[in-house]
Amino acid sequence: MENREGVFNKIRQFWGRLMHVRWLLPALLGLVFLASLVIHHFDLLDLYVQLVLMYVGINIILALSLNLINGYMGEFSVGHAGFMAVGAYIASWLTVKVFPVHLTACLFPLAVLAGGIGAALVGLIVAFPSFKTRGDYLAIVTLAFGMIVKSAIENIDVLGGPRGFLGMEKLSTLPWVFFWAALSVWAIRNIVYSNFGRGVLSIREDEIASDLMSVNTKEVKIIVFVVSSFFAGIAGALFAHLLQFISPRAFDIIKSTDILIMVYLGGIGSIAGSILGATIYTVLLEVLRPMGVWRMVLMPLMLVMLMIFRPRGIMGLKEFSWFIPVRDIFASIRWREKRGGR
Amino acid sequence: MSYVLQQLMNAFQLGSIYALIALGYTMVYGILTMINFAHGDLFMVGAFLCFVAAVSLELSFVPVILISMFGTALLGVVIERLAYKPLRQAPRVSAIITALGVGLFLENLTLALNPYPKQIPQLMSHTTWTILGVSISSLQIFIIVLSLLLMLILDLIVRKTMVGMAMRAISWDKAIAPLMGVPINLIISATFAIGAGLGGAAGVMYGLAYPVIDPYMGIMVGWKAFISAVVGGIGNIRGAMIGGYILGMVEIMVVAFFPSTYRDIVAFALLLALLIFRPYGILGKPYPQKV
Repeated sequence: MENREGVFNKIRQFWGRLMHVRWLLPALLGLVFLASLVIHHFDLLDLYVQLVLMYVGINIILALSLNLINGYMGEFSVGHAGFMAVGAYIASWLTVKVFPVHLTACLFPLAVLAGGIGAALVGLIVAFPSFKTRGDYLAIVTLAFGMIVKSAIENIDVLGGPRGFLGMEKLSTLPWVFFWAALSVWAIRNIVYSNFGRGVLSIREDEIASDLMSVNTKEVKIIVFVVSSFFAGIAGALFAHLLQFISPRAFDIIKSTDILIMVYLGGIGSIAGSILGATIYTVLLEVLRPMGVWRMVLMPLMLVMLMIFRPRGIMGLKEFSWFIPVRDIFASIRWREKRGGR
Repeated sequence: MSYVLQQLMNAFQLGSIYALIALGYTMVYGILTMINFAHGDLFMVGAFLCFVAAVSLELSFVPVILISMFGTALLGVVIERLAYKPLRQAPRVSAIITALGVGLFLENLTLALNPYPKQIPQLMSHTTWTILGVSISSLQIFIIVLSLLLMLILDLIVRKTMVGMAMRAISWDKAIAPLMGVPINLIISATFAIGAGLGGAAGVMYGLAYPVIDPYMGIMVGWKAFISAVVGGIGNIRGAMIGGYILGMVEIMVVAFFPSTYRDIVAFALLLALLIFRPYGILGKPYPQKV
């Protein structure tokens, strides 16, 4: 028993030290990016494995962007798939109908960006009801919004209506997905730990108090909704060019629920949590594929178990030190010493 | 004119079903301030129990609806005891996610057991009367009357009995009520049982009115019932009834006068407009925020 605890302590110490090596994260990111380029170029990995990896990347973007609203700002948004749908349809429309055929591969990042911007504009619309309504009522607003987007697309004939939209080339590749995922992690991490991010957190803790402390809550809400829907749109654009077929049914409540589960599985208010949650959920679903329908029975059961025994999810407001700025680490150390060194 | 009346009749039928399901959401919310997202799937289980009882056991209508109601009520209590009770002190959101998980579990378990959509047989003789050019089937009358009766019984239970008083006490103050001798666990279980039972009854009625049932039918109907509960003011029992009828009315009237694909857009846009002008629903009271 003692021995096992000793080993555990050693692992924890090692892990702690590893987490404090600041240059390791950029180095790792660079390495993985290189690896993704090489894998994509020489087809080193099985195509199926590559596909799963890309899904992981897209889901990381989705989970992170939803975590910004649900985890950091403390609202409960349930219509995230709606933003994703907007991004997916705008980007696919651009690559299929607008861009010249031989240039689509070069212009793909532009299409993704446009998808993100379109989704961000839509996010702006959703931000306004959030001034007055909160909690469950805001949940309804976002839910209704998601349904409106879905049925609006079903009524636009140019986009294929309920039949769906196809004709996209498979432009989402491993390096691209990795690039956008890393970009979203970087952007959201910087937002959360900025001055502005403190405002976001203060809204979660107490909106009235943060208003009194001169946080411009309306501005914060608008920006958070816009940023979050921007990244959801990007994820949607990547998703569309990975699957090469989108239909309104792909972006219904079930998809939104999936994203919610990833966020809360990983833990709210944690970047590492979202990354872990999205990865574990996606990979587990794929690993359990031989079970057929029963994997979808087992998965929710595991989710319920996790929630009962660890209600805050895997990470739950904790964070890898890699993602925390140095000044924050020092600040928390100083604070702990002041409290009597625990 | 007769067209409008005809649609009104259909709206009442759909609204009754929404109202019955919305009651389950609103009762659980009133007591636990928790959104029981698995409730829509309890409704689905009710419809499937109806199918099993009607086809495999070949029962007649009354035992079928009783089996469905008791079965879902039992399921509701079991879910509450196993999944929600351990989370009463946990952050609110974990309970909601658990509810989503339970809902997914019920859907996929039903899917694994019944891979194909099922058709519910006609359990009662159909007669159709024509009054003022409006054709009214006995089934419609039956659904509307039975759901009004169930709502009346519920209203009486909540307002006149000891259990109802205990429910209101818990929703008033969860910390003080047990000190006054209210058996809080028992009352919460009773709430889940009643709410789920009403959902099961709604499942049977839905199955009779729209006979093809599949494991995912609870999602959309459940969310819409939830929306009706919010429109009426969540936590308010009469609000849920009114909200259900409003949503049924809006949906049917949109389909009656616009292309049917616009149903969801218009219905939800109206709901958004309503929430902007009355952010706490029709009968809900804005709770004061304390600093």
